[in-house]
Amino acid sequence: MKNIDVAVVGAGPAGLSAAIEAAKYGVKTLVIDENRQPGGQLFKQIHKFFGSQAQMAGIRGYEIGKKLLASAQMHHVQMHLNTQVIGIDETNTLAVIKDHHYSEIKARKIILCCGAAEKTLAFPGWTLPGIMGAGAAQTLVNIHRVLPGEKILMVGSGNVGLIVTYHFLQAGANVKAVIDAAHSIKGYGVHAAKIKRAGIPIMLGCTINRAIGKKQVEKAELIRVDERFNKIPSTEIQMDVDTICLAVGLSPSTELARMAGCKLYYDAKLGGYIPLINQDMQTTLEDIYAAGDMTGIEEASIAMEEGRIAGISCAVGLGYCPDTATSQRVVQNIRLNLSQLRSYKPN
Amino acid sequence: MDKDYIICRCEEVTLKEVEDAIQHGAHNPDEIKKCTRAGMGLCQGRICSTLITQLLEQRGYPPQHTTPPHSRMPVRPVKIKEYLEDIKDE
Repeated sequence: MKNIDVAVVGAGPAGLSAAIEAAKYGVKTLVIDENRQPGGQLFKQIHKFFGSQAQMAGIRGYEIGKKLLASAQMHHVQMHLNTQVIGIDETNTLAVIKDHHYSEIKARKIILCCGAAEKTLAFPGWTLPGIMGAGAAQTLVNIHRVLPGEKILMVGSGNVGLIVTYHFLQAGANVKAVIDAAHSIKGYGVHAAKIKRAGIPIMLGCTINRAIGKKQVEKAELIRVDERFNKIPSTEIQMDVDTICLAVGLSPSTELARMAGCKLYYDAKLGGYIPLINQDMQTTLEDIYAAGDMTGIEEASIAMEEGRIAGISCAVGLGYCPDTATSQRVVQNIRLNLSQLRSYKPN
Repeated sequence: MDKDYIICRCEEVTLKEVEDAIQHGAHNPDEIKKCTRAGMGLCQGRICSTLITQLLEQRGYPPQHTTPPHSRMPVRPVKIKEYLEDIKDE
């Protein structure tokens, strides 16, 4: 059994930011992540971020990732990669599998930054090969440098759908269309404009009826829907595709929060069930904090600020911040950043 | 409309089976899991639980009034051998 002051589950933008802040105060901090590389989704974000300069706007996602890693190293954050957290109990002990071996890590405070999983859409044929989450496709293109296919249909006009479509175009794929059941584009206008300028149709009020194919998807059958999302009969059209990407939202990964016994509530806008947290990012359990997408789907810039608050709160809770006036001022500033980020709407 | 398509990929549970379970009184994700095994496979409901939440909502059981699914160890698909052997050692 390993003992640590603060264990952070997840090395994405929230987790790294949390660990860096805690470590700045001298807290012994360990970050655990199941991937081979830290950084979460940042390293596949090749586009520039929005917001103000102070919040790293104009910087590309992977560059933010590099900055966070350098900072984590500088502040002596310990890192267990390739390590899966498979359980948590009421004594703040994490059950982990590292290098095919089971071990336990007992922490005085735990910060859960488990991120989110892609939501899916079920329709006849959706389990055919060639149909995948847009985030998975983005990993293929931007991390592994492999195109998922040659004729792609994107389902969903939110930011993920629009950005991944643009990444496909940059990588040389043929995107046949972006469709959305909604009657207006859900993502930012700047992203949609890039897609339109490239000549990709964005078909609104349109959903996927079924996927057709033998060993893999060969055609997508689309159908129009009315304002209440009812399918309009006899409006089906078929499109030749070999890939269908589903960008229909993200769902916060709350398995560990649920197992620990944190209270959850449902918020459709934030992606589903999420842990109830206070303004210090503390859950309903005293020693368990949460930050980032698992407390509601928002931007990476917001995840980083939330993580910082969680890290500082843990340092304060463990008695590492004798000068509480200063740490409180830092937290106040972060909260100000958060409210600015949340009100920022590019057109 | 064809209702034979799959909702839970790990356990290959179809839409029809989930709908039947709801009709027979399974009104939250855990009850549906116990009736059909949907959400009981390798991914532990990471893919299908949002679909099941939607299906329940469409049939009058909104998530605001439903308990979220339980989560048990292990939350990742690990070889049982890897973790039983080492527990014995400790």
